[in-house]
Amino acid sequence: MRSDVQQQIISIIAREAVLEPEDVQPSMTLDELGLDSLGLVEMIFAIEEAFDISVPFNANEPAQSEFDISSVGAIIGAVERLICGQRPEIVA
Amino acid sequence: MRRVVITGAGTVNALAHNVPDTLMMLREGRGGIGLLSIPDLDRLQVQIGAQVKDWDPLAQFSRAELGLYDVFTQFAMVSGVQAMSQAGLEAGPAGDPTRWGVIMGTAGGGNTTVNDAFRTVFSEGKNRVHPFTVPKLMNNAAASHMSMKWGLQGPCFSVATACSSANHAIGLAFQMIRSGMVDGMLAGGSESMLNFGGLKAWEGLRVMSKTGCRPFSKDRDGMVQGEGAGVFVLESYDQACARGAEILAEVSGFCMSSDANDIVMPSPEGAARTIRGALEDARLNAHEVGYINAHGTATAANDKTECEAIHTVFGAAAENVALSSTKAMHGHCIGATGAIELLACVMALRDGVIAPTINYAQPDPECDLNVVPNCAQERPVTAALSNAFAFGGMNAVLALRRI
Repeated sequence: MRSDVQQQIISIIAREAVLEPEDVQPSMTLDELGLDSLGLVEMIFAIEEAFDISVPFNANEPAQSEFDISSVGAIIGAVERLICGQRPEIVA
Repeated sequence: MRRVVITGAGTVNALAHNVPDTLMMLREGRGGIGLLSIPDLDRLQVQIGAQVKDWDPLAQFSRAELGLYDVFTQFAMVSGVQAMSQAGLEAGPAGDPTRWGVIMGTAGGGNTTVNDAFRTVFSEGKNRVHPFTVPKLMNNAAASHMSMKWGLQGPCFSVATACSSANHAIGLAFQMIRSGMVDGMLAGGSESMLNFGGLKAWEGLRVMSKTGCRPFSKDRDGMVQGEGAGVFVLESYDQACARGAEILAEVSGFCMSSDANDIVMPSPEGAARTIRGALEDARLNAHEVGYINAHGTATAANDKTECEAIHTVFGAAAENVALSSTKAMHGHCIGATGAIELLACVMALRDGVIAPTINYAQPDPECDLNVVPNCAQERPVTAALSNAFAFGGMNAVLALRRI
């Protein structure tokens, strides 16, 4: 069973990728979802609005960002840690 | 130098959402000014405007497009589709796409987006705005989306010269085609500033009327702001003929100049110099000009200055020229206004119908020209001018010929 938070994040990602939520799997990458750079920043904005958090992400160096976007599962984990008020690198 | 013609036109404005209906309204002298319908209207002192009615973006654009299209881009895109369709270029430009481009005038750019973002951070106290705020608000957004839609890969940019923006845009496109730099251009203007923040800024200047737009009438008391877009397909005469396109009119001359004098007050010398320059560029004599679409803002200063300039340049020929300000109908559409007003020139040249200056009540000795009061006039017109004299002393006058 997915938690409410997971469901919410999946539905945000699905909306940005123009997919059905059941088609979004935790192992999928952004490329596999077909999300471009604008879709990514819009997704991050929607996540910030939905959970009232601030996501540390710089589009200039996505790989160096503290926010792991390597897969849907990684994004869910990173958001869950932000909601708990923990810095991602401390947990990792 | 090559001849340049108009082969397509499109518009969205307070009168209608297309060219044929707009021309019908202009011909019949029907106005689009009324009480505005916007949030916080009760806090505005000026509550009238020429707002585009029944605008339904969801019916015209995809969700992805709407995420990136400010209202001024929406108006431009719909107008562009109409213009390209009329020119027979729905699928893309004729010939080499790197020799086609876009120039769009706008003063406020994505002013609605700015207003919404400021409301979010200042009024609602939130600490983030939508991530597409910048690509929506930038002045070149409309021109960029138009270039993307039709794959126009040549010169593409926006022009911001306040109320002269669209005339500058069309004039520059004309010069580029005439010189051989490009073969075709989409050119015009788009504006949407009828929101609380935009109108508050204008209110401060105290040039807006609370009662209505009455150009050249003695009882005029200021401008009324409108919104909308006008877009034209301009291309070389040879290309238009070769591909069998219908030609709406020839753009035969353009002049631009600066008063270099005052940031808001117009100068009759600057206006006269620019009108004379457009005639010379088009190799026209004043007596050949049957119609002038006036800048005609209905401010005390503009209308008398403009009439003085026309007398100076036209001399005795001023007796025979018809001068009208269609702003009394579609409002002052700022960066789009010259493009919408060029439609009245095309109508005069093609149909021999001169759009009236409506709301005219009292003759003003300082505006003693045939201002086509209240009712359209019919007469053959072989050449027409379209004036734009903007804040900042930016003058831009286009000359058109019947073809």
